[in-house]
Amino acid sequence: MTDAPMVLAERVSKNFGTNKVLRGISLEVDAGEVLCIVGPSGSGKSTFLRCINHLERVDGGRLSVDGQLVGYRQKGDKLYELKLKEAAFQRQEIGMVFQRFNLFPHLTAVENIILAPMRVKGLSKAKATARAMELLERVGLADKGDAYPAHLSGGQQQRVAIARALAMDPKLMLFDEPTSALDPELVGEVLDVMKELAKSGMTMIVVTHEMGFAREVADTLVFMDEGVVVEAGPPRQILSDPQHDRTKAFLSKVL
Amino acid sequence: MSEPESDRMIEAEPGGNRESGRKPRAGRGRDADDAPPEAIVAIPLRHPWRNVVAVLLVLGLAVFVLDAAQRSDYGWSDVGKYIFDRRISQAAWVTLWLTIYAMIGAIVIGLLLAIMRLSPNPVLKSIAWLYIWIFRGTPVYVQLVFWGIVSLIYPVFTLGIPFMEPWVTVPNEVFTNLFITAVIGLALNEAAYMSEIVRAGLLSVDEGQEEASTALAMSWGQTMRYVVVPQAMKIIIPPTGNEVISMLKTTSLVAAIPLSIDLYGVSRGISAVTFTPVPLLIVASLWYLLFTSVLMVGQHFIEKRFSRGTGRLKTGKEPATPAPAPTAVPGTPAPPLGTDFGGKG
Repeated sequence: MTDAPMVLAERVSKNFGTNKVLRGISLEVDAGEVLCIVGPSGSGKSTFLRCINHLERVDGGRLSVDGQLVGYRQKGDKLYELKLKEAAFQRQEIGMVFQRFNLFPHLTAVENIILAPMRVKGLSKAKATARAMELLERVGLADKGDAYPAHLSGGQQQRVAIARALAMDPKLMLFDEPTSALDPELVGEVLDVMKELAKSGMTMIVVTHEMGFAREVADTLVFMDEGVVVEAGPPRQILSDPQHDRTKAFLSKVL
Repeated sequence: MSEPESDRMIEAEPGGNRESGRKPRAGRGRDADDAPPEAIVAIPLRHPWRNVVAVLLVLGLAVFVLDAAQRSDYGWSDVGKYIFDRRISQAAWVTLWLTIYAMIGAIVIGLLLAIMRLSPNPVLKSIAWLYIWIFRGTPVYVQLVFWGIVSLIYPVFTLGIPFMEPWVTVPNEVFTNLFITAVIGLALNEAAYMSEIVRAGLLSVDEGQEEASTALAMSWGQTMRYVVVPQAMKIIIPPTGNEVISMLKTTSLVAAIPLSIDLYGVSRGISAVTFTPVPLLIVASLWYLLFTSVLMVGQHFIEKRFSRGTGRLKTGKEPATPAPAPTAVPGTPAPPLGTDFGGKG
């Protein structure tokens, strides 16, 4: 499926009760592309991200990753919701990094990284550990393998979380405000890891408030508000010459 | 209090030194960098009434012990005679196994009930709630009496579709075997409490943990087994330890079934023959105390094992303080340490 975009969203909608969080999101992310999503809180950015790996069920429209429908199977003209196992299988190719890291506090950094490769992919402990050490080195934490999350700084925890997601060899990485819970002086180290990852050709969707990062790294910048894509395009163009009033209003507050 | 500040200000002025010297102060205004601060030498506050109460208590205790040692009703020689009596030690064994089997049953049923209560299915939820309502809302003694006569209500216990050949017929011996009846009765009652403990433990684990595990493509079972339950354990273990200790003592109520081969039942049986109730009560109590003390020590080590990776171990100075407290004071019920971990962000 090399021709299909990595992520294809067509009029994706999502409701929580009567609250319409997503009102028809359409966008495309090609393999190797970095997409940054910005927008005010409550605009549905995180919900959209969570729909991509089926942590939230899509209510309307079509959402596919690498040509495969997310969360559903189409048979004829009917859609069937995927079984839990099938949904889990889909998620193997999608790594996710959370705002609050969500490392497993009872496991060391290495144990955090090797858990899923061992239990889901059936890797041997030796193999998984060797890979974990490689990844820790890549995020600059080669000496922290035996540390428990509580002994690491926020920035270090988030870098371990990135390594943990990478350990599943995903085709697509989702970042849900990865630096919002960090002290300002720790933001840079996480962004550096993400920049390196983007350079290596990883397909990434990043929900962020870091406009500098978006300007520098993103291929496409999307501005979302009230559940719709207001504006999308090259980051420099959107940041310096926003077309839409809502974009202008938002950027004037954050820049 | 702006005292240190004013000190520094005075020092800054060349003429102010003499004035400040006259003031009756414990320390002179001096920069902290120059030398370590002087240790405070002061006469500590006395607490005379505490000492009086302590002395009175010790005296009272001594009088009681000396008096008890001489009182013939305590029958100390009988205590010595029966404490290692074979019948008693065998009965202690029965009590121990009652506790173990009942707790295993309670934990298994309790886990099922907890998962049912957390299920999104309203029927499962309600059934679990109903179970807990009934078994926690009636006295265990009454329940045990009921299980003792259940074999009269259901002489044959079968499972299957009504009016058809039953699939399973529970042999009559199950409910006429008083030991099994006692284990079932105790386990069913305890399950209601265990389910609440397990539920609290599972709920204490941050939602983000399950989410992260799911995002890593782990199944619900794997998420539970490797991520949620290990973290829930540190909330579940301390109160469960208390429940084991409590269960050990509750087994004495199996007299309601009536089962009389347990520790309390046998010591009562002996005293009914010898007419020496007090020494045999002491004997039974000493055995119960021995078991509960051993359990407390065990609980301490299990708690330590499951608090890996928590903030407590971080600073090195903390572990000494809260954890060993319950074992240090045998005889007092261990405080629910679970609260120590409760406040997580």
